[in-house]
Amino acid sequence: MNSVAQPAPSLARRRSVPLSLGITTGYLSVIVLIPLAALLLRSTEGGAGTFWDAVKDPQAVAALRLTFLVSLVVVLINAVAGTVIAWVLVRDQFRGKSFVNAIIDLPFALPTIVAGLTLLALYGPKSPIGVNVAYTVAALVLALLFVTLPFVVRTVQPVLLELDRDMEEAAQSLGATSFQTFRRVVFPNLFPAILSGTALGFARSLGEFGSVVLISGNQPFKTEVASVYIFGQIESDNVTGAAAVSVVLLGASLVVLLAIGGIRRWATRHDG
Amino acid sequence: MARYALRFTALGYLAALLIVPVGLVARRAFADGIDGFWTAITTPEALHALWLTIVIALIAVPMNTVFGVFCALAIVRRRFPGHGLVNSIVDLPLALSPVVVGLALVLVYGRTGWWGSWLNEQGIQVIFALPGMVLATIFVSLPFVVREVVPVLREIGDEQEEAASTLGAGPWRTFWRVTLPAIRWGVAYGVVLTTARALGEFGAVSVVSGRIAGRTETMTLHVEERFQSFDLTGAYASSVVLALLAVGTLLAMTLLRREES
Amino acid sequence: MAIEARNVTKCFGDFTALDDVSVEVASGSLTALLGPSGSGKSTLLRVIAGLERPDRGEVYISGEEATGVSPQKRGVGFVFQHYAAFKHMTVWDNVAFGLAVRKRPKPEISQRVAELLDLVQLNGLAKRYPAQLSGGQRQRMALARALAVEPKVLLLDEPFGALDARVRKELRAWLRRLHDEVHVTTIFVTHDQEEAMELADQIVLMNAGRVEQIGGARDLYERPANEFVMTFVGPVSNFGDELVRPHDIEVSREPNGSGTQATVDRVVHLGFEVRADLTLDDGREVWVQMTRGEAETLDIREGARVYAVKARKGR
Repeated sequence: MNSVAQPAPSLARRRSVPLSLGITTGYLSVIVLIPLAALLLRSTEGGAGTFWDAVKDPQAVAALRLTFLVSLVVVLINAVAGTVIAWVLVRDQFRGKSFVNAIIDLPFALPTIVAGLTLLALYGPKSPIGVNVAYTVAALVLALLFVTLPFVVRTVQPVLLELDRDMEEAAQSLGATSFQTFRRVVFPNLFPAILSGTALGFARSLGEFGSVVLISGNQPFKTEVASVYIFGQIESDNVTGAAAVSVVLLGASLVVLLAIGGIRRWATRHDG
Repeated sequence: MARYALRFTALGYLAALLIVPVGLVARRAFADGIDGFWTAITTPEALHALWLTIVIALIAVPMNTVFGVFCALAIVRRRFPGHGLVNSIVDLPLALSPVVVGLALVLVYGRTGWWGSWLNEQGIQVIFALPGMVLATIFVSLPFVVREVVPVLREIGDEQEEAASTLGAGPWRTFWRVTLPAIRWGVAYGVVLTTARALGEFGAVSVVSGRIAGRTETMTLHVEERFQSFDLTGAYASSVVLALLAVGTLLAMTLLRREES
Repeated sequence: MAIEARNVTKCFGDFTALDDVSVEVASGSLTALLGPSGSGKSTLLRVIAGLERPDRGEVYISGEEATGVSPQKRGVGFVFQHYAAFKHMTVWDNVAFGLAVRKRPKPEISQRVAELLDLVQLNGLAKRYPAQLSGGQRQRMALARALAVEPKVLLLDEPFGALDARVRKELRAWLRRLHDEVHVTTIFVTHDQEEAMELADQIVLMNAGRVEQIGGARDLYERPANEFVMTFVGPVSNFGDELVRPHDIEVSREPNGSGTQATVDRVVHLGFEVRADLTLDDGREVWVQMTRGEAETLDIREGARVYAVKARKGR
C-alpha cells in the first residue's frame, strides 16, 4: 500500500466509513473467511496426528507431488511461450493481430470443463490428426497450459508496451547486438513481470480441476492431481482427509500469493 | 529473420493449443446437423441447466457488484488498520482450487456443518440445493469487481469528492452523483468478468450440488454429465453454448473498452 | 573524421521528414542542427546514427559509406533527450556498457570508466542508480556512456531539453568545455537558437524537411538567406516593406535624410536595452531596439516625435 499522507477525514467521509467497512467485513466473513476457518479446523479435528496421517497417505502424496511437478513444468513453458507471444503482440504487426490479442483471454472466459473437452477433441481418442494423449501426464500438461496461457502474456504485455525504446536504441548505438540488447537491457526489465505472471499461473495450476478431470483419466498414482484426489475423498466421505490435503494446497496458494506481492515490491525498487 | 520465427512460433503455439481445438468442438457440435445441435440443447435437462445457470448468475453478480464497490471504497479511501489484509483476502478466491472452495462450504452448510445442522432444522437446505450453488458461485467470482474498481478509484483520487462536499453534497449524494459515475467503467468491466466466471464455474458447484440431473445441474455440470453418458454431441453442443457466452464476454469487454475511449 | 549526408530523403507514411537534405560536417567541429518542431532535425540525426534508414540518399562517415551499416557498427555515440539510462544498472555499469558488450578486459573497463566519471564529474556516484540522480547528472552519465567507446562522432538529440533553465545553461557551457578537451566531431539538435549560436561552430538551420541555411552564428544573423532564417535566428521588425533587425533602425530627433516621421507609443526598459514601439505617420507600426545610452541621448519618451530610418550596413 502506498503511504501518501491523508488529510483528516472530512465529515462526509467519517459518516460512511462504518458502512463500507461493515459491509465489506461482513460479506467477506460470511462468504470467505468462515468457510475457510471451518476447513482449517476440520482438518485438524483429530489432532495434528490425524492431519499428518491424511497428508502422508501414499495416494495423497502421489497426487500432491504430481500436481507440483506438472505445475512447475507448465509454468516454465508458459514463461517462455507467454513472453514470446507478448513480444509478438506488442512489437510485431500483421493482419489479424487484434483478433489474436482478443483470444488470449479465452482461457479466462471459457469454463474449465469446456476447455478440457476441447483439448480432448483434438488430442484424445477421436483425434482427427491421430494424436492421442488422453489419460496420460501429457494430457495434464496440455490442459494446464491451456488454462494458464493468459497469465504471463497479460503481465508482460503492459511492461513491454511501456518500455522505453530509447534504452534499446542507446544499447544499439553502443554496439550491442539484438541478442545482447535483449539480454542486458530488455530482459532485466521484463523479468519481474514474467516472474509474477508465472507465479499467478502456478497458483492457478495447483488447484485446477475442471479441465483435467476429463482428459487425464484421474488414475491414482499416475495421473491424479491433488484437486481430483480431494474430490474423490469427499465422495468417499473421507472429509477429514480431504480437508487435510486441501489445507496443504491452501498453504501453497498463500505462499505464492505472498511471493507475488514480494515480487511486485522488488520490481519497482528502481523506479525513480 | 528472427521476427518471422517469433511470429511463427507464437501463432503456431496459439493455433495448436487454442484455436484449432475450439474450432474442432464447434464443428463436432454440428456433426448431426443443426437439428441435432438444436435437439441437444433443448432437452429438458439442458434447458433446466441453462435456466439454473442464469438464475445463479442473476443472484451472484449483483451481490458481488455491490460488495465490490463498497469493498473497493473501503480499501482505497479508508485508512483503517488491516486494509492490506482485506486486499489479500479478496484475492484468495483467485488462488484457491474450486474443489477446496466446495469442501469449505460443505463443512459449514452441510448436514453436519457448523450452521448446516441448524439450517436443516429450519427446513433450509443449502448443500445439494440452489443456495449452496449460489454461495459457491459468489465465492469464486468475488474478486473481479473489486480488482477492477480499486485502480480506478486510486487514480481519480479524492478531489472530486472533496469538491462535492465543499459544494454542500452529503455522503450519499456524493456517492451517487460523483463517485459512482467516475468508476462506472471499472464497474462495467468487473461485472462482465464476474458474469463470465459465474457462468463458467464447475469445480465448486460440482462438490456442492450433488449433480442431480434436472434439479441441481448447471450448464457446466450438464456438459460433464453428457460426456460421462457418452453423448459426445450433446456435450459438444452445450459446450458451444458456453463457448459462445464466453466469446460474448470477450466481445463485451472489447466494446466497453472502445466506448470508454 | 568528417560526416556527410547526401541528398537524404525520409518519409513516414504521408509525412516527409527530410526532403533531399545534404549536409557536411568537418572533423572535430561542433555543429548544431537547428529548427522548429517537425523541421526534420532529429530525423537527420537519427539517420546519421543509423537508427533510421533513409528512403533515398547516402550517409558517409570518415569518407566511407555508412548508409546500410547498422547503428552497432557505425561508431557513433548517441545521447537522448530523456537520457535513456539503463535504469536497472548502476551508473558504473551504464558507463561500462559499451565496453562490456565489446568484451573488453575488466581492468581496461575499470580504468576507462573511472576516467570518464572523472571527466564528467560524477566520481562519487558510481554505485548509484539513475533514479537517484538529478536530470543534469543523468545527462552527464549518458555523455560519459557514449564517450566510453571512443566514438567517431557524438550525436546529441536535444540533450538539455528535459532540464530546467539554470541547469541547461550550466550544461551548455560544460559541453563546450568538454568538446574543447575531447575534440570529438559533435552534432547536436536543438530548437533553441540561443543555444545553437552560443555553442556551435556551424549551424544547419532546417525547416519542414529542408535546409534553409548553413553557416556560423554571425552569418545566419547578419546575412540571412531568406525571411524564415531571419525571423528564426533573431528579432525582426517590419519596417517599410522589408524585415529589418530592430536595432538596425536609427532613430533621431532631427530629420535624417530619408527618415520617416513617427510618434513614440510606448517605451520599455529591459535592463541594458530599450525597446520603443513607434507608429509611423502612414499608420504602420514598427518596434525599435536601442541601447540605454542611445535612449537617454534621444530623450525617448511616450508621445515624442522622431524620425526613423533603416541604418546603413556597418552600424
